[in-house]
Amino acid sequence: MNNKGVDQSKRQFLTSALTVVGAVGTGYLAVPFLAQMQPSVKAMAAGAPVEVDLSKMEPGQLIRVAWRGKPVWILNRTPEVLETLKTLDDELRDPLSQESIQPESSKNPARSIKPEIFVAVGLCTHLGCSPTFRPEIAPHDLGEKWKGGFFCPCHGSWFDLAGRVYRGVPAPTNLEIPPYRYITDTLLIVGEEEASA
Amino acid sequence: MKRSRITECNEWILKRFPLAKLWNEHMTHYYAPKNFNFWYFFGSLALLVLVNQILTGIFLTMNYKPDAKLAFDSVEYIMRDVNWGWLIRYMHSTGSSAFFIVVYLHMFRGLLYGSFKHPRELIWIFGMLLFVALMAEAFMGYLLPWGQMSYWGAQVIISLFSAIPVIGDDLSLWLRGDYVVSDATLNRFFAFHVIAVPLALVMLVFLHIVALHEVGSNNPDGIEIKERKDPWGHPIDGIPFHPYYTVKDLVGVGVFLLFFATVIFYMPEMGGYFLEHANFIPADPMKTPEHIAPVWYFTPFYAILRAIPDKFAGVIGMGGAIVVLFLLPWLDRSPVKSIRYRGGIYKKALCLFVISFLALGYLGTQPATPTATVFARIFTTIYFGFFMLMPIYTRWEKTKPVPTRLTKAHSLEEQLHTLEEQLPALIEEITEVKKPAGDEIGHAAFKSSFFTRRPRPKGIINVISRLAKKAKGSLD
Repeated sequence: MNNKGVDQSKRQFLTSALTVVGAVGTGYLAVPFLAQMQPSVKAMAAGAPVEVDLSKMEPGQLIRVAWRGKPVWILNRTPEVLETLKTLDDELRDPLSQESIQPESSKNPARSIKPEIFVAVGLCTHLGCSPTFRPEIAPHDLGEKWKGGFFCPCHGSWFDLAGRVYRGVPAPTNLEIPPYRYITDTLLIVGEEEASA
Repeated sequence: MKRSRITECNEWILKRFPLAKLWNEHMTHYYAPKNFNFWYFFGSLALLVLVNQILTGIFLTMNYKPDAKLAFDSVEYIMRDVNWGWLIRYMHSTGSSAFFIVVYLHMFRGLLYGSFKHPRELIWIFGMLLFVALMAEAFMGYLLPWGQMSYWGAQVIISLFSAIPVIGDDLSLWLRGDYVVSDATLNRFFAFHVIAVPLALVMLVFLHIVALHEVGSNNPDGIEIKERKDPWGHPIDGIPFHPYYTVKDLVGVGVFLLFFATVIFYMPEMGGYFLEHANFIPADPMKTPEHIAPVWYFTPFYAILRAIPDKFAGVIGMGGAIVVLFLLPWLDRSPVKSIRYRGGIYKKALCLFVISFLALGYLGTQPATPTATVFARIFTTIYFGFFMLMPIYTRWEKTKPVPTRLTKAHSLEEQLHTLEEQLPALIEEITEVKKPAGDEIGHAAFKSSFFTRRPRPKGIINVISRLAKKAKGSLD
């Protein structure tokens, strides 16, 4: 105990030290609360591969399956569609899929392992709506330039029937292609990568 | 004299809690300008709607189940099987739309009379924070019925965060708590909607009002009434909030409830604007509805998002449309507050802004056709132009001299009286006497002067052009 009055610098130091310790403590305490909002172990474990039987698919038919809660499309493309796809490169943002997400086996202009069978995650790369399948050519609501493809009703993004995005629409990249492989000629499994050759 | 038990009880409380002091400070001794008009109802109405939302919300949670498997059915259960459940839910759903109507009008009042300007910048900032919290509250509440619109609306809005470079994908994953919108998302949105955001709203309302009562209310003339006080220190142009404005606001409440009840009982879905049709279908993660649009109060911002053909820029544009409102007190450089004394250029700019806001709101409800996109781009430009060019055009505008005292408003009675005087001449001008036809048939009432006259096109054109000139004059 002294009578020299308050030691301001000591008081300042103690205040700052306590503030820092308190802030660090609060920061540590915040971690469990913030981390509990991450996907739970259960949510991360979900997402088993899905088998799809292609034997009953007709040319031009689209089927939807759920994989990890997301819609996955399987489209049987006709030869005419595959011909049209080759003519669109100038109108597309990323025709060779350089900036888009797909397994190596689908990184080709038709974006598939077998050209006629197209598999994609049916969520727009813009804001995650599920685009509408519009195979018809030049319908009145989409105009003359429409060559058949996927149209996102939410924000008007255009994709061709290989899931490649057109220029001048909000979506930044092509539709995502999930990992998939063929078990037999007509049986496909979504969620498993093809073994690298 | 023997003191009554009530007086004793009063004193007991007043010695322990400053009830009388608070009441005086914020009600009977809070002086508000005496010339408040129609636009000043919406602050107290917003408070009323907040109370409505909290009360009806409490009762809805008694039967609602925040579970992806049960949510949709529990809402239908409330609508069909819970006693009066339909009424409580419609009060809540209509209340959310009413909240935005009232808040938009309240904000427009601020733009009209410069209520955001010095010294009320903080009131405006608290108000804008309230607006943002309200949007978060409404957005999260909209997921709860777990219909198609709930689901895909949430999917789109959460995906907005994924546009942020580097951290975007992890951030949206953290918000959802799953790889897609799912049960985890629904459950946490319920927690935010019911506890976190309402608490924030109530605290912000408190701050908004404390800040308001510190500087005092603005008024349609934009004059600081505190600058002129009577010998007792009260503003000459002020009147105590209670009883004068409490009583006036009660009239506003009555009229508001009339409209509110009409919507609840006769058009709770408001033709798909208050409750969207697609939301009566349970959420289906496999299929987006053909046409998705947010609820009407988000559509202006949604139209801005859609107008910009780039993911990140679109999100920036949408966020910027709200952020720019925060900056309003510093963008406006005019020395004059009220539109009554501002130059013509601000009046025209505000007029264009309101038109573009309403047009964007309409376009946001419509499908994204190429023509609609072009219009959305034009109106987006006007929207941002209003704010970005404001420092320039408000500095040079020619303002009118501001009076030192509040001006007297024409009372409704006077206005009706003038109208009554002018009416016969007006009818004379826009109609002419019809040639008498075979007049033997028909009831005598049909032969009164009203039915013997017919419209005169030339007179109508004259009146319209006169009105247009008057409108133009008032804009200058």
